[in-house]
Amino acid sequence: MSILLDRETRVIVQGITGREGGFHTEQMQALGTNVVGGTSPGKGGSKHLGVPVFNTVADAVKATGANATGIFVPAPFAPDAIMEAAAAGITLIVCITEGIPIQEMIRVKDFLRGYPQARLIGANCPGLITPGQAKIGIIPQRITSPGHVGLVSRSGTLTYEVASSLSAAGMGQSTIVGIGGDPVLGLTFRDVVQLFEKDPATTHLVLIGEIGGSDEEHAAELLAKGSRLKAVAFISGRTAPEGKRMGHAGAIISGNRGTARSKEEAFQKAGVQVAETTDDIVGMLR
Amino acid sequence: MKLLEYQAKEVLASLGIAIPPGIVARNGDEAAAAFARLGPVAVKAQVPVGGRGKAGGIKLARTADEARDAAEQIIGMDIKGFKVPLVYCEAALEIDREIYLGFTVDRDARANILMLSAKGGMDIEQVAEESPESIARLYPNPWRGPLDFELTQIVYDAELGDIARPLVALIKKLYRAIPGYDALTAEINPLVVTKKGDVVAGDAKLEIDDNAAWRHKDLEEKYGGVVEGDPYEVEAKKRNLTYVSLDGDIGIIGNGAGLCMGTLDLVQRAGGKPANFCDIGGGAKAEVVENALAVILMNPKVKGVLINVFGGITRGDEVARGVVTARDNLNMKLPLVVRMSGTNEEEGREILKRHGIEPGVSGWEAAKKIVELSRVAVSG
Repeated sequence: MSILLDRETRVIVQGITGREGGFHTEQMQALGTNVVGGTSPGKGGSKHLGVPVFNTVADAVKATGANATGIFVPAPFAPDAIMEAAAAGITLIVCITEGIPIQEMIRVKDFLRGYPQARLIGANCPGLITPGQAKIGIIPQRITSPGHVGLVSRSGTLTYEVASSLSAAGMGQSTIVGIGGDPVLGLTFRDVVQLFEKDPATTHLVLIGEIGGSDEEHAAELLAKGSRLKAVAFISGRTAPEGKRMGHAGAIISGNRGTARSKEEAFQKAGVQVAETTDDIVGMLR
Repeated sequence: MKLLEYQAKEVLASLGIAIPPGIVARNGDEAAAAFARLGPVAVKAQVPVGGRGKAGGIKLARTADEARDAAEQIIGMDIKGFKVPLVYCEAALEIDREIYLGFTVDRDARANILMLSAKGGMDIEQVAEESPESIARLYPNPWRGPLDFELTQIVYDAELGDIARPLVALIKKLYRAIPGYDALTAEINPLVVTKKGDVVAGDAKLEIDDNAAWRHKDLEEKYGGVVEGDPYEVEAKKRNLTYVSLDGDIGIIGNGAGLCMGTLDLVQRAGGKPANFCDIGGGAKAEVVENALAVILMNPKVKGVLINVFGGITRGDEVARGVVTARDNLNMKLPLVVRMSGTNEEEGREILKRHGIEPGVSGWEAAKKIVELSRVAVSG
């Protein structure tokens, strides 16, 4: 079992003929992801990487019954790609693209309110993987293994680091979700925790947060109400100064809001163990 | 990109919002000349941070000499790490009332929020804490913007109904900065009602989304580079690196923002002080590593460098060869610890060892090692 994605999920790739899109489609296929097609306006009717290419998402959905998409198009086109997918009836939209202007994401989020069945992950995220079954995005499958730990994170490489040490310790993962580093994004920690809570295959939970915003605090509030998952949280950016954007557009402390301390305290109050370094996570989870 | 007050006011004026007459001055003489044209002026430090009044960056001048003196005192002053490059001399206003008006991104709501309060002139966060009921709020539809009746409602909610018409018109103009310039914050605090009854922007704050910089190149050309930025950050930007200067002495390179921030935390925990944040992104290509090292080594305070690379698809032996080449090309002598994982990581570590670079197995081990080596380098 898993959340959001398994080997039955019918996946298309928006931007499949691009360099990034093509490379990662092959990686997704190598894991066994059920990639049923892709889109690339003007290239409809052709085949790429063994799957049909369509001009639009609506065409792809009609022909293949796709219900999930991975978006690998450049930032100026990504907001439209997200809305196109939602309007075509796709229910899982994963946007890998980095650098989308925040005002556009605000408009996208407003648009998505009209499509409540559509779940967006990202943008500016590594995507998600259900080890041994399927992935949408760029998380390397090599570092993952099937199991019962749910992993949700705002970071990319830090997620890989943690997944890799979990796998090395024999603690496989049910699903790994990278929600992304932007200030305005799709699914939040809280949303993903709720999904893990309902997934019988998930028994443990790792949350990897970072400075900025208050999504971690909101997830902590939810966990404080009682959870069946054994959880560990880690927050990066304890030593980050105020007012400086640390790489991710969302990783910025403004005033005394969004600090690592406030997030750690929220988790501690919720009875969630807080790891000081990522190396400590495995030991605390046992 | 945060615009300076005079720049933000120019943008507001272009949107049709009234601003007081003002002149930019780069030295005392220019400030005195500004006085000659404007009469009594406020001489205001131009820095992209708040709190300049408390820092002594705003002075009133009633004579030309006072204007000259004020400018000479303020220019070059350090305000929260920014050297004041110039002052803005602005005609003093006859203030009747001060209002707070601002749009900003509410991250929790994933939306823009408009806030309006009759308690202007103070920090809005302080107002929010002391009298949250005095702030009227609206989440405008991001596709069509705020409608007249919505604005009329919040103007009355904020108990500013007596100036409803000019205020509604002004808020609509300010809103245009959001879709028009990708503003993340567009704030007028205080919005001044003068004794004559005019509504004028007393101060202005505009922050433009860096993700949208590509479609506002005109702003960067016109307004960029006025404030002397941190020299390492400026150089890093030229080399397309994500770099933030910090005040320690251990250089840090990581791939991925979260991992890089986590590495800073590890170094601090090991008793060291990071000199910077530098995210070289996914692939960790040799050329990018070299660029990052070059910028870090410009800083004479740096006593050692830690590179932390998680290679998902990247091969460890390639990363190792890249690091060795970069170090040799730059003729780097300082201690260097490289922690990496990924495909062929053992082979990568062998390559590093052969070339006299300390490999670290975990981030924590590597952090302890670089802190120790940097201390030895200092005392030796």
